Amino acid sequence: MKIKEGQNEIIEEFALFDEWMDKYEHIIELGKDLPIIDDKNKVEENLIKGCQSRVWLHAELIDNKIIFSADSDAIITKGIIALVIRVYSNNTPKDIAQSELFFIDKIGLQEHLSPSRSNGLLSMVKQIKMYSIAFQVKA
Amino acid sequence: MATETEIIDLQKIRSDFPILSREVNGKPLVYFDNGASSQKPQQVIDVISHYYEYEHSNIHRGIHTLSQEATNAYEDARKTLQHFINAKHDHEVIFTAGTTGSINLVASSFGKKYLKEGDEIIISTMEHHSNIVPWQMICEEKGAILKVVPINDDGEFLMEEFNDLLSDKTKLVAVTHVSNTLGTINPVKEIIEKSHANGALVLIDGAQSIPHTKVDVQELDCDFYVFSGHKMCGPTGVGILYGKEDILNNLPPYQGGGDMIKTVTFEKTTYNSLPHKLEAGTPNIAGGIGLAAAAKYMNEIGIDKIEAYEHELLIYATQQIKQIDGVRIIGEAENKASVLSFLVDGTHPSDIGMIVDKLGVAIRTGHHCTEPLMDRFGIPGTARASFAFYNTIEEVDIFITALKRAIKMLL
Repeated sequence: MKIKEGQNEIIEEFALFDEWMDKYEHIIELGKDLPIIDDKNKVEENLIKGCQSRVWLHAELIDNKIIFSADSDAIITKGIIALVIRVYSNNTPKDIAQSELFFIDKIGLQEHLSPSRSNGLLSMVKQIKMYSIAFQVKA
Repeated sequence: MATETEIIDLQKIRSDFPILSREVNGKPLVYFDNGASSQKPQQVIDVISHYYEYEHSNIHRGIHTLSQEATNAYEDARKTLQHFINAKHDHEVIFTAGTTGSINLVASSFGKKYLKEGDEIIISTMEHHSNIVPWQMICEEKGAILKVVPINDDGEFLMEEFNDLLSDKTKLVAVTHVSNTLGTINPVKEIIEKSHANGALVLIDGAQSIPHTKVDVQELDCDFYVFSGHKMCGPTGVGILYGKEDILNNLPPYQGGGDMIKTVTFEKTTYNSLPHKLEAGTPNIAGGIGLAAAAKYMNEIGIDKIEAYEHELLIYATQQIKQIDGVRIIGEAENKASVLSFLVDGTHPSDIGMIVDKLGVAIRTGHHCTEPLMDRFGIPGTARASFAFYNTIEEVDIFITALKRAIKMLL
């Protein structure tokens, strides 16, 4: 399954880093590199408000595949979002709904999904699943 | 700059706090999140353990020895806290769950009895959500109006604007003694005098002041003073509502239940006297006793010394952080407690917080439960380092180095 493969690729990519510094520098680069949302979609209704940082998530269905775009005002969150989008975007609603998210744990970033971070990331992952279910019904 | 040992015995103090010797992410812990909660000395931990090991029983009305001992310990704790804030009577000291619990009690009980449509309550722009939302709720219920005193760009309370807001409609003024986000020390004595001259009662939110400065409620002449235990080296889940005797006597009970009654029949219940009238149910007994131990611990070091030493930490940290390009301090009041809120150009506070955490430094980032204040400054949040008397100049240096490294990574 594509979603699983995508996650395994990220795990391999991160296996290169021994130090947390290198890992974070890579995430920061990912965050900086990706203009991952169109300004017209950076609107209130796409906003997931965390206590710490804000996350925008936009989804549209094209040829039965969901195309996600997202952004955050915090760069580390944005870098992790870039990875999540890479995994999920361009997959069918059914595949997304049935998938499991495991790469964040495996690359040692599970703390970013903890409720105490309140960075909107956990809500974003939930929202992605919600979209997949909603689009399944639509399709 | 004076050295640390001139003011307090830092080595001894640090050895009292077991947590300070632990590592975080492979680095020695530098704990600069004291504004959110302070750490606990062994003396407080021991008192709580001892209570559960040897003294625990439910208090008040118990016939057996253990219950009497636990009751004595709890009531002694109340007396310790009475002296800690120099209240006139021990029954003016009400145990609550914390600052939030205390404010909700006053907002609910005071509001229920005294507020009517068109009345006004005044707060300030720099209040914590706990000193905003309870007033909003009771104002909404009663048709009363919440008025807000503005601040200047340095984060200082604007006295003239406050004067203009005060009127015969003002029933209560609720203001923080020290801002948790900015560190501003407010001129509460003047605020209290002016409010009283206008016939309004005053509640002072002491959550951030009680750990750092000597509080004398009689000298302040405030009507209510509220604070939490966990920010002053005590346990979580316990705090104090101080209120003047006659005012508390006239408040209706907040919650109904055990301990707060004199007699109960299905037709009519009569209420107990102070402080029990306002303390329904089995209280946080260990919490109260632990809080008194914390007050004793701080008194032994000396609150004046704590204040003087923390001021030095603040001055040093402020000087150091100002030398970093792109740093903007949020809150530059002339009178400041040991809170340093800042932003770094081109970075988000949460990114700074995450990276310095990896380097062992615990700071807080976000809106610090003061969203209206963030709106006032037009910012989403800040990074905040807040210091306690067990912190050191060396730790400030570690923090500054970590901060520089974070900025380098992020820009």
